[in-house]
Amino acid sequence: MTAQSLSLAALWGACILYAIAMFGYSIRLAREADVRTQAKRLVTAGGPAEDAAPAAASGSEKLPKSAVKALGIARSATTVGFVLNAIGVAARGVEAKHVPWSDMYEYTITGAMIAVGVFLIVQRKRDVTFLGAGVVGLATLALGLGLAVLYDEAKSLPPALQSIWLIIHVSIATICTGIFAVAFIVTALQLLKDYRDSGTSRTEWTRGRALRFLEAVPTPAVLEALAFRLIAVGFVLWTFTVMAGAIWAEHAWGRYWGWDPKEVWSFVIWVIYAAYLHARTTQGWAGRKSAYLALVGFAALIINFTLVNFVFQGLHTYANG
Amino acid sequence: MARVKLDNYALPQAPRLGFRGWLRWIWRQVTSMRVALILLLLLALGAIPGSVLPQAPREPAKAAQFLENNGWWATALQRAGFLDVYGSAWFTAIYVLLFASLIGCIIPRCFAHYRAMREPVSPAPSKLSRYELSAARETGDAPSDSVGLVAKALRPNPGFWGAFTGYRVRVDERKGGAVALAAEKGHIRELGNLIFHVSLVGILICVGFGAAFTYRGQAIIVEGRSFTNSVVAYDSFESGRLFSEDRLEPFTLRLDEFHSQFSLGGRPESFAADVTLTEPGRDAREATIKVNSPLKVSGASIYLQGNGYALDLTFTDAAGNVAFSGPVIFLPQDAAYTSTGVLKVPDVSTGEQVGIKATLLPTAVGEGTEFISLHPDPTNPVIVFTAYTGDLGLDDGIPQNVYKLDETHLSPVRGEDGQQAVMVLTPGQTIELPEDAGTLTWNDTVRYAALDLRADPSLPFLLAFSITALLGLALSLFGARRRVWVIATPASASGDAGAPATLIQGAVLAPPHDTVKATAELERAMAAVNRQEEDA
Repeated sequence: MTAQSLSLAALWGACILYAIAMFGYSIRLAREADVRTQAKRLVTAGGPAEDAAPAAASGSEKLPKSAVKALGIARSATTVGFVLNAIGVAARGVEAKHVPWSDMYEYTITGAMIAVGVFLIVQRKRDVTFLGAGVVGLATLALGLGLAVLYDEAKSLPPALQSIWLIIHVSIATICTGIFAVAFIVTALQLLKDYRDSGTSRTEWTRGRALRFLEAVPTPAVLEALAFRLIAVGFVLWTFTVMAGAIWAEHAWGRYWGWDPKEVWSFVIWVIYAAYLHARTTQGWAGRKSAYLALVGFAALIINFTLVNFVFQGLHTYANG
Repeated sequence: MARVKLDNYALPQAPRLGFRGWLRWIWRQVTSMRVALILLLLLALGAIPGSVLPQAPREPAKAAQFLENNGWWATALQRAGFLDVYGSAWFTAIYVLLFASLIGCIIPRCFAHYRAMREPVSPAPSKLSRYELSAARETGDAPSDSVGLVAKALRPNPGFWGAFTGYRVRVDERKGGAVALAAEKGHIRELGNLIFHVSLVGILICVGFGAAFTYRGQAIIVEGRSFTNSVVAYDSFESGRLFSEDRLEPFTLRLDEFHSQFSLGGRPESFAADVTLTEPGRDAREATIKVNSPLKVSGASIYLQGNGYALDLTFTDAAGNVAFSGPVIFLPQDAAYTSTGVLKVPDVSTGEQVGIKATLLPTAVGEGTEFISLHPDPTNPVIVFTAYTGDLGLDDGIPQNVYKLDETHLSPVRGEDGQQAVMVLTPGQTIELPEDAGTLTWNDTVRYAALDLRADPSLPFLLAFSITALLGLALSLFGARRRVWVIATPASASGDAGAPATLIQGAVLAPPHDTVKATAELERAMAAVNRQEEDA
């Protein structure tokens, strides 16, 4: 078996396992939401309102067996999928004889691995099962798109990329993308949950059956705190990415900053997340508005990875081929 | 900006602000967080057009083309600064206001932080029962001694530095013999925040300072030839306002050999320029310049920015005199190094001036005059060229692009069929041009390297500020913010006369994600009390 076929087989395997895990996490979330909704109803029908919170909290103990099984399957599928993803990335590195993040395909498969890795790390410290479906779903999408659309044969590195900074600058950028992706899922859940709880007519759509799973998601405040911790880590690493990029640009191109489209968008992302960090502590901006900024930041990150590579001309264009 | 409210600020009952009042009001607005936030968003938004529209400083040719192709609205965009976003008045205004806001915010906070660092820690609450208590401990020591041990464990280094790295501690004796300890840390977050923002100002100053003193020159050197560092020797040279020519050390750089390596598919794998550098008063030294490893020389760096083929051509005019002989630079136009070059021959001894436009195909495949290049290596090099006679326009005194032929006063050299003659030449060959225009000989093919020399004296400072910015940022986001209280109550309260014990209780206040770690830290500190006993 060549490194190439091993890499492809492992990555397709990871993609399928992530898809399975996504279903597992979704089923688990739906069942948990059912139980909580029922507990809420019982409480509001029978007992005083103060009991509502503890009843909802202990709801997880009375989960049906199918929910427990679904979570088990989801967790094992995620873990094995992550291992396969890692094997696929490593084999690609062996095949190409350089670090596996020199073109868009490699960046995508590594980014998906990091996102799932971040989720697994957070999972060890606290229960973030509710994130599983989103994160693993995003990873499925990324791997699938990577394999089906972005795939490109392994090539030797052009002289411009033959630098220690490829290892430092791009790896940290990939890690940032993974972290920001998880933070994006958390923020999206935070907003949906917030809408669902708010009860205004404009947010009516979030109270339909389709978003029932939100019952099993923690409060917006808890999600906001988690998103902030992730974005804080992501922001520091992004700052480092931009600085490392500037140092590399100084080495390779003789200028540390030239407003190349990639540099412009990296700067835009940095400024948006900086605005997010400031908004959190500004009266009238904390909560929803700062969450919108976090979403805009992730959108800019995706634009930086897609539109900037495909459409805008710049010195980073080797990224797509 | 309807959201900006006057009542955010301490301006009680002020119907007339007056000039100074307005100034103060404006300053307060500029330094308010909300305005800073809006400016940040404007900065992000304002930066985007620069990635979409061609920017004149970065790609002047494209910007000019854009103006030409798009009529009045491109001109309107140019007037509004959209073709030079990062040098435009409005973009400058945004970041200058942002930095004004930042400085206005940071200076008072620096003073406030200095005062806060010197202020005593606020005392422990009278009862800890409101907080989640850590495990209580008992000890035979007196309350003050045991609290002393805990304090030492919380702040092992009592000096000034200890306030940065450990807890700031306060100990109070209470009525009834109890001793209360209050300790806090978290100042480091604000300190990191201030370091970060001050570093940003530093970075901006460095960038401005660098722009004033920087210089950058581009030179193309053909293998075997030398270049002497002086402004006139460069093909193009830019410098900041405060640059002076004395700063150019007159070293000489010779390109000995240029190596390139391409994969079978034609992808570049390595470029290296072997050079000999002779600095005044020193022995010549050999060095290799590669894409990612510039050559450092007297405060500047020399970068390898491009390469290509130079053709050693000889042009003999109609009278049989050599009118030109030497290397002609061919600029690569694609990945297979299909390159274009121009030969201008003004010094003909007879007849009209001659201009030649040629395309080089390093690995040519094709027939007649239709070729494509398959690979950048010169496996089967061919040039396809057309010639012109007339006035090259060199005598007008207007500087011309050496890589372009100005055809306004030139007429094409035609073949027997009356069409413009397209000629093909291979290495070593000599071809006679129609219309008795002369002969062209291809003697040799050599490589050239396009080198950039650049100096920016602000770089070390920029790096230093970047590092402090990063450290400050990490401190401000990850620094722990904890409060710890420990109360030691004397034995008599417990009523056990046999063992004179002191009861020690502790509690922490920390953000939810940090509670576990903070509690563990407190318990480690409280364990100091028992360790003392074990030792005894």
